Amino acid sequence: MDLVEQTLSSLAKIFPEPAAAAASPPEGEGGQEAQPRQRGVLAVDPVRHGYELDVLCGADEVVEVAQVLDREGYFLESIAGIDWLDKGQFEVVYDYNRLGGEHCRVMVRALVDRGQPVMPTITAVFPAADWHERETFDFYGIHFQGHPNLIRILLPEDADFYPLRKDYMP
Amino acid sequence: MTVPVHLRHDETFVLNLGPQHPATHGVLRVKLTMDGEYIVKAEPVLGYIHRMHEKLAEGGTFAQFMPNTARMDYLHALAFNHGWALVVEKAAGIEVPERAEYIRVITVELNRIASHLLWWAAFLLDLGGFTPLLYAFDDREKIIDLLERVTGSRLTYCYLRFGGVYNDIDDEFIAGTRDFIKRLRGRLPRLYHDLVTHNVILIKRIKDIGFITAEQCRRYGATGPVARGSGLNYDIRKNEPYSVYPEFDFDIPVYTEGDSMARYLVRMDEIEQSLRIIEQALDKLPGGPVMGKAPKVLKPEAGYYYSAVETARGSLGHRLVCNGDKNPYKLKLRSPTFSNLSLFGEVAEGMLLADALAFMGSLDLVIPEIDR
Repeated sequence: MDLVEQTLSSLAKIFPEPAAAAASPPEGEGGQEAQPRQRGVLAVDPVRHGYELDVLCGADEVVEVAQVLDREGYFLESIAGIDWLDKGQFEVVYDYNRLGGEHCRVMVRALVDRGQPVMPTITAVFPAADWHERETFDFYGIHFQGHPNLIRILLPEDADFYPLRKDYMP
Repeated sequence: MTVPVHLRHDETFVLNLGPQHPATHGVLRVKLTMDGEYIVKAEPVLGYIHRMHEKLAEGGTFAQFMPNTARMDYLHALAFNHGWALVVEKAAGIEVPERAEYIRVITVELNRIASHLLWWAAFLLDLGGFTPLLYAFDDREKIIDLLERVTGSRLTYCYLRFGGVYNDIDDEFIAGTRDFIKRLRGRLPRLYHDLVTHNVILIKRIKDIGFITAEQCRRYGATGPVARGSGLNYDIRKNEPYSVYPEFDFDIPVYTEGDSMARYLVRMDEIEQSLRIIEQALDKLPGGPVMGKAPKVLKPEAGYYYSAVETARGSLGHRLVCNGDKNPYKLKLRSPTFSNLSLFGEVAEGMLLADALAFMGSLDLVIPEIDR
């Protein structure tokens, strides 16, 4: 069993329903699929997109997904925020990969309401998330609940703005 | 007037290292809680050279961001050029001619050697040895001259283009590179290893100090020579091959000790491996154009893209999100030393201050790349 299948089967505990075969990869209008799916795992063409699995989950599920990937020997590569201003949502993207051996990049993403951007922290699973979550908080103002030290990391400590929000005007 | 400070035996004090300190090689600040000479808690404070490149990327076209990439890791700037070119070429489906791929590999590897040489020089300077800096800068200067010839700049290159490179290499560059390979191979054992690597003072300073386990690398996402010094055989050039790297025969140096010496040796061996890659690339260099067909205005299909390259410091990732417009909707730069430095606090705990500085040097920090 190759790594992609193995990861898929581990994730199947959280996502019992396989993503609809008809669902297109994340393309189309505004970077979203033609028929938006609420959650699920999707295999993506790595040559075209550069990663193998696309996991869309609820904000409350990111910790569970992180625990599964931790058990599978993954490491957290980065956390990125995206501001979908038109839809009134923030998206948090977690990139996972393996350190050596067979590789499989997993993109985990979750959407949160732009008006109330609160996410659970995954620092308890991956200490690497500490700085990455602080950076996402710094740039987008997304609060990671339970983070041990959620303060600004790259911007000055007295900054009162979130520069990567699309409606931010310098 | 100096007032003597009396501390209780169990009392700690806070020591600020940086942001202006020669051992931090840039504007990194570390807030240290000290118990005498021992570190109780180390907390890196970042952002002193933050320029918000990710916002700048959103504001311009894809091509306009290329000069910015070199201004993050100014020591291995061509790898950052390469990473950006690869992710945009992936998103826009641009083909690169073979000759251009070879030239990219040759210049990126030359730049990697230059980066390792500068790290070596600065690391030994931290430890109190001045002479090695003169040797390393002598060799590094040769590389910089070669790269200046083809790229037009000496440090902050903007040499790669989507679909190729900006300038073809000429016979003089090839001859100069071959001379350089010969020269460095002659100097490495004598000047680098005999004088420094086997030097007892260096060994005492960095051997068995600053242990990082493979599991720590995984939990903190450390990559590059830091991970390879801890026994992890992870190099994107092999694990997730890009460009024309699969066509070359080279090894990934891995040491299992996990101490500062292991990271030192990984980088020294990597210099030799890079020389091997360059030599093979020069031998096999195909003819043809150095620029492929690329549209003037890029409008990649909407979607999520990821691409990673191996820089001198580890895995550089670009998470690119496009919405079909002519500028990136979102770009997240996963810079290697940001993750590598995040384990500093955990490892430096309980260390002597002087050892922690040697340990910090062995991480090969480039601050503008951490702060972006």
